[in-house]
Amino acid sequence: MAKILAVDDSASMRQMVSFTLKGAGHDVVEAVDGVDALAKAKGATFDLVISDVNMPNMDGITLIKELRTLPAFKFTPMLMLTTESTGDKKQQGKAAGATGWIVKPFNPDQLLATIGKVL
Amino acid sequence: MSFDMSQFLETFYEESFEGLDIMETELLALDVGEADLETINTIFRAAHSIKGGSGTFGLDDVASFTHVMETLLDEMRDGKRDVTQNAVNILLESVDVLREMLSTLQAEEELDVDRIASVKLKLDNLLAHVSDDDAPAAVAPPTQEPAPIQETVTESPSESSVGWIIDFKPHIDMLQTGNDPVRMFRELDALGELNVTPDTSFLPEFLMMEPENSGLGWMLTLKGNILKSDIEEVFDWVEDECDLTITPMVSSTTAKPVEEIVEAEVISEQEDPTPIPVKEATIEKVEPAAPAPAPVAESVTPAPSDTPAEDKPAAAAKAKRKPATEASSIRVSIDKVDELINMVGELVITQSMLSQLGEGEEFGESEVEKLKNGLMQLERNTREMQENVMRIRMLPISFVFQRFPRLVHDLSGKLDKKIELVLSGESTELDKTVMEKIGDPLVHLIRNSLDHGIETPDVRVAAGKPETGEIHLNAYHEGGNIVIEITDDGAGLNLEKILSKAKTSGLVGENDKLTDEDIADLIFQPGFSTADVVSDVSGRGVGMDVVRRNIRALGGTVDVKTTVGVGSVFTIRLPLTLAILDGQSVVVGDEVYIVPLVSIIESIQVDTSLVNGITGQAQVYRLRDDYIPIVRLYDVFNVKPMYDNIEDGLLVVVEAEGKKVALLVDDLLGQQQVVIKSLETNFKSVEGISGATILGDGTVALILDVSGLIAISKKSKKKVRKTTTSVAA
Repeated sequence: MAKILAVDDSASMRQMVSFTLKGAGHDVVEAVDGVDALAKAKGATFDLVISDVNMPNMDGITLIKELRTLPAFKFTPMLMLTTESTGDKKQQGKAAGATGWIVKPFNPDQLLATIGKVL
Repeated sequence: MSFDMSQFLETFYEESFEGLDIMETELLALDVGEADLETINTIFRAAHSIKGGSGTFGLDDVASFTHVMETLLDEMRDGKRDVTQNAVNILLESVDVLREMLSTLQAEEELDVDRIASVKLKLDNLLAHVSDDDAPAAVAPPTQEPAPIQETVTESPSESSVGWIIDFKPHIDMLQTGNDPVRMFRELDALGELNVTPDTSFLPEFLMMEPENSGLGWMLTLKGNILKSDIEEVFDWVEDECDLTITPMVSSTTAKPVEEIVEAEVISEQEDPTPIPVKEATIEKVEPAAPAPAPVAESVTPAPSDTPAEDKPAAAAKAKRKPATEASSIRVSIDKVDELINMVGELVITQSMLSQLGEGEEFGESEVEKLKNGLMQLERNTREMQENVMRIRMLPISFVFQRFPRLVHDLSGKLDKKIELVLSGESTELDKTVMEKIGDPLVHLIRNSLDHGIETPDVRVAAGKPETGEIHLNAYHEGGNIVIEITDDGAGLNLEKILSKAKTSGLVGENDKLTDEDIADLIFQPGFSTADVVSDVSGRGVGMDVVRRNIRALGGTVDVKTTVGVGSVFTIRLPLTLAILDGQSVVVGDEVYIVPLVSIIESIQVDTSLVNGITGQAQVYRLRDDYIPIVRLYDVFNVKPMYDNIEDGLLVVVEAEGKKVALLVDDLLGQQQVVIKSLETNFKSVEGISGATILGDGTVALILDVSGLIAISKKSKKKVRKTTTSVAA
């Protein structure tokens, strides 16, 4: 069981991710955007962060950049949920410190398979 | 693991409709030419969320449609494409199509494929027009997105029956993105027989070592019949953070002599002193490949895009179960719910206090006092709770208002007029039911103002007005009502024309004296088409009489004030809610009736000298300078009154739609809030009665429909006069 921070501004995606992860026995904390996630991350530790890229207030790339500056998140795996077909966002994400990405659309099995790579 | 995706669909639809509303609003706010980046970003995000969700939840038509929109918006966002009016219009049209698609899917009906295709074609054309060369690729449905990555890398020999030699040298900062070689080796190990040889040649001097850097390289051999792409997938995330060469083993003999010294799990801990920041736990996981097969089994499937495809029919089929749930759910802010919970807490405390009192052996004077206090508290709790429960049904009127910018945008384009819509009071709250029903009348009134109120730019300039007309939509609370005003600075109603039209159509007698207000009010008369009166621009069938009828059905009123050349103001007054009513209980014979408090002007004792019987008319009461028809309730409802003489009763003067009548009742009881129960659903509709309620003592009281009673008083003039004479005699 891992403690996972799931960040997405879309309620349906968040529910789906959270439901899937909880179903696999993980402990999930949900956040609605980067600002919310950062607040929830501070003073806590997580085994994995899964974040959407496009979000209001603070996007996923900024979030990852910010999280990487926190000692507790220095080596924490962070995955971006992305639909961008171009490599552009992935590069930006990698530069910000993302571990990898999950390409939307994905189904619960794919999600679990992907997080299996980093847990 | 598989589960029902349809459980998230309702949330998805809800947020998608919200997203579409946002897109529409922001698109309308977009200034062509100099688009605000944040605005485009907001629109993009909404499209992006819908696309991501629809793909995930198996709504592929929606996903591929939104994908084109998203690509277009992305180009705008990156400044690769100018924001043109044409593009905005096509995007707005796309928003409409998407909304239709989603509601069709939600209702589980057939999609209008032609319409979707035609708008998508417009989008595609727009995209192809100025777009970069990568446009065709971008048009591909999103489900295929992962594919290109696979395909591009699998050009060289993609298969080796023997195995692969992998030369893997992480850049020194690879660990800092959370990627861990041990996990990658674990994945590789699940693909085939893996041997790992560390390459320590890059290791810095011990004193120079940075514990957070990676200083090792590895030479790996992976034996087995494995696709190169599968190996590449393992390294997909670190592509740019390592030097990686994957070469096929020609045969086991010619393969590079790789010493199979160490087992994968040993190297990282014992053999090398490399400061890889791996937790013990992670290392242990390497050998038992138990968690690994799952991911690998998944990734072995040649095209990852197959997997979502399999789920689609399932999700779609499951979705069928759910009926269309339009307007069945309501979003309530947390603080409203918290307040309610708080109140329930108080209620529980009061209840326990009262029951404690009831359990006591003694019941003296002090207990009576306590009981009274308790009951008072209970009353307060109940009232507060009632108010709060009502607030849950209240939504800001912006839900209705938000559709108007689009309407004005579209219509002003069609009519070649320049019109600015100003909204205010959007946060004014209104009962959800009232809100749903007020939409159409409002649309009608706004169209009317656009069409007939605001003049064309040249006319406006000629009249010395600014070229751009203004329509102001305002809402506010006033007493127990919500008031909505639609103000335009157009030409105003042409009263002369209205009057002459009314005279020719026989609505008004040739010699009738009418005030300006009366004339303006004529537009609400049935059979009086405004299109005929003011202009012939559009002959939409529905007239203003329907607007008034609909508003009246909600217990509201609508009137118009107009000044020629300056503009018109339409004012709608609506009750805040349809479920609860402040009422005055009145007694007629053995019956109790409820008169809506809002319609009561005053209650008076009868002075017989002021009662006049007018020939050919009903009995009237002279109240100051007004003559008010008297309606005897006992007569209307056929009950036996307590008093035969009119002076023993009381007159309740009520007003509806600007007309007054005096209701003759036996007595007045208290004022109270009553919960309205529909008469139609339980019985049938009765003239003069708008509903029923249950009183504190459990009996049923009928709620009077004042406008209905006024109509009755007009209709039954003769009958009333007949009985009047008999009673007065």
